[in-house]
Amino acid sequence: MNIFNIVISGVGGQGVLLASKVFAESALASGLDAKQNEVHGMAQRGGSVTSFVRIGDKVYSPAVIAGTADLLIAFEPLEALRYVHFLKPGGRLVYNTGTINPSTVASGMAVYPKDVEEQIVRCCTNSHAIDALSIANKAGDVRAVNMVMVGSVIKNVPLDAKVIDGVVKTLSKGKGVEVNLSALRGGAAG
Amino acid sequence: MKRIISGNESIALSFGDAGGVFASGYPGTPSTEVLEEMARLGAVYCEWAPNEKVGFESAMGASIAGGRALATMKHVGVNVAADALMSFSYTGVGAGFIVMVADDPGQHSSQNEQDSRNYAKFAKVPMLDPSDSQETYDFVRTGLELSEQFDTPVFLRMTTRTAHAKGYVEQREKITPKVGEWVKNVPKNVMLPNYGKIKHIQVEERLLKLKEYAETTPLNRVEMRGTEIGILTSGVAYQHVREAFPDASVLKLGLVHPLPEEMIREFAGKVQRFMIIEEMDAIFEEQIRAMGIRIDLGKGPISYCLEVDSEIIRKAAGEKETSAMAPVQNLPQRPPIFCPGCAHRGLFSILAKLKVFVSGDIGCYTLGALPPIGAMHTCICMGASISAAHGMAKVNAVAGRAEKPVAVLGDSTFFHSGMTGLLSLVYNNGNALVIVMDNRTTGMTGGQENPGSGQVLTGNPAKQVNIMELAKVMGVENVVEINSYDLVATEEAIKKGLETPGPYVLVDRNPCILRYRVKNPPLKVDSETCTGCRACLKAACVALGLRDCGDKPKVAIDPNICNGCGVCSQLCKFDAMSKG
Repeated sequence: MNIFNIVISGVGGQGVLLASKVFAESALASGLDAKQNEVHGMAQRGGSVTSFVRIGDKVYSPAVIAGTADLLIAFEPLEALRYVHFLKPGGRLVYNTGTINPSTVASGMAVYPKDVEEQIVRCCTNSHAIDALSIANKAGDVRAVNMVMVGSVIKNVPLDAKVIDGVVKTLSKGKGVEVNLSALRGGAAG
Repeated sequence: MKRIISGNESIALSFGDAGGVFASGYPGTPSTEVLEEMARLGAVYCEWAPNEKVGFESAMGASIAGGRALATMKHVGVNVAADALMSFSYTGVGAGFIVMVADDPGQHSSQNEQDSRNYAKFAKVPMLDPSDSQETYDFVRTGLELSEQFDTPVFLRMTTRTAHAKGYVEQREKITPKVGEWVKNVPKNVMLPNYGKIKHIQVEERLLKLKEYAETTPLNRVEMRGTEIGILTSGVAYQHVREAFPDASVLKLGLVHPLPEEMIREFAGKVQRFMIIEEMDAIFEEQIRAMGIRIDLGKGPISYCLEVDSEIIRKAAGEKETSAMAPVQNLPQRPPIFCPGCAHRGLFSILAKLKVFVSGDIGCYTLGALPPIGAMHTCICMGASISAAHGMAKVNAVAGRAEKPVAVLGDSTFFHSGMTGLLSLVYNNGNALVIVMDNRTTGMTGGQENPGSGQVLTGNPAKQVNIMELAKVMGVENVVEINSYDLVATEEAIKKGLETPGPYVLVDRNPCILRYRVKNPPLKVDSETCTGCRACLKAACVALGLRDCGDKPKVAIDPNICNGCGVCSQLCKFDAMSKG
């Protein structure tokens, strides 16, 4: 298969890294090659975070180039806009509608764009919005936003939903198994 | 068993599988996960050292005592450990010794972008540069063998993209650790000048033997495809090269010091366009030019700064750009900032208010330099806050400036190399106010243990060093505890410290809220009382935000994010915040 490029963007603390891990592990479980790549450290203190996952028969570079992503999963609308140029023409964007103020907005130095969703629609003809926080809440834990987002793209990735379920199960502990699986299903239905 | 793991996790796994006995290091992005994973795996004894030099030296001792040893650090850590490195290169090892260094091209989480390959040349030791997790796994074992075969420390050089990127790894058969003899060998291990002179000759001879080895080792390989383009590369750049030019021939270096001259000459002679793709410095290019080999493309169009990727390589070689829409402009930036509830926030709001000169250091508190706080004015290297403040104060005295500098650093940085600065401040009759934010963790790298946290790397209990007592023993007469969540009291304490001549130490002992999972009930804003004056926004807390409220926006608190620390409510002149 051709290489499938996923970019995941969000805010430090939202669980972007775990979501990427689900895709990479699922690719391995499906007999495919995968590389996953993100930046740790200082960026995680409430800063903008991105992760790349590349899936294919043989993957060399761990980096996704702007204009080549098949799928952008944005955990926050502003972070959707910030990375929308990574999408290839016609590429799919799924974004969470819940906003988180950057420190620049929280301190009054910048204004959060009111028309963020209009801008997203203008930039991307293949976008889908989802209220991941409410779905995660219903699943039993607001921290399951990342699994809602994974669920929301289950039909867009070249991976079997059952394989993803299995990987999420092995990556979750105790009560988290049920919450995460419920979040996955909620995301897929959203 | 096949698994998908990061390069750093591969090192931990491989060191255990290759009979490793001792590992030590100091946390630093992107190197930290090696020892964390090793502790999790539990197969090898491993520990955090107070700094990279101590970690290196402990691993050095372990090697001399006959155990395969590993020292881990980020690129700037090698500067700290370099004293040991340069002479350990002379003595050579006991059992296999690897120094793992993680470079950070692109400066994702570092104060500079230095290229550690320079150190391999400088110290005259071999360096391995893997390109993915599997190679990293394999190179650890090869590196230990190489170290023993050539009696030399060996560098394993990672970069952010090999350290953190995840790929598949297949494990090899496990070697049961064997510990060698603990030999007293004075001419080998005592670097008095008469012995050192002899060792230097041996180092030069060793380098010649390593050059021969470089020509034949499978660490370096030629992948012949078309002859139109031939690319010499190493590390993660190899992966980008394969992506950019799948049909090109490649000379892939796994051993990046010393270089295989004949192999390179032969390869360059076989291809029409000989290109060198390397991240950061022109280390290969400069050496290969000196060999008199024609290079058709090198550093010219590829920057010495930042990372390379397949697009940069293609463009440099004159290929057409991948079309992509322009990035959306004028979006509010989202820089990292103190966590909601962090004790640093209160301290820095006072330092900003008092407009003092803050000599800073490396840790989460460095974020106090960013707007809107802007209350840190230097941050150059680990531990410099106190020593640099000391120098500033001496010059201030000459210039007749009355202002006393304030040094701010954290507990881990204090133990790393701040302590010696404090010693100098006391010893040389210095004049600085030192504030230690002792949150009992190495915060910025994700919350590692340190000599003040009460636990070792594996989580077992440890002797807990008390920084206040330590400062007193070092001769500081004024050592006072502060609570940065109490803004009025903290301001008073800082003012007193500034007014009192001589060394003055304040210690905040509030724990890191992230590491110790501190969660307080959120505050709420009474929108009737809030005037929209924005004084609280100076706290730069992401739980705060403005919302439309009639003719003037007022402040709102996001209850999902607020950690109830109360700093914003103390900045409010109208008492508009209360506990929810």
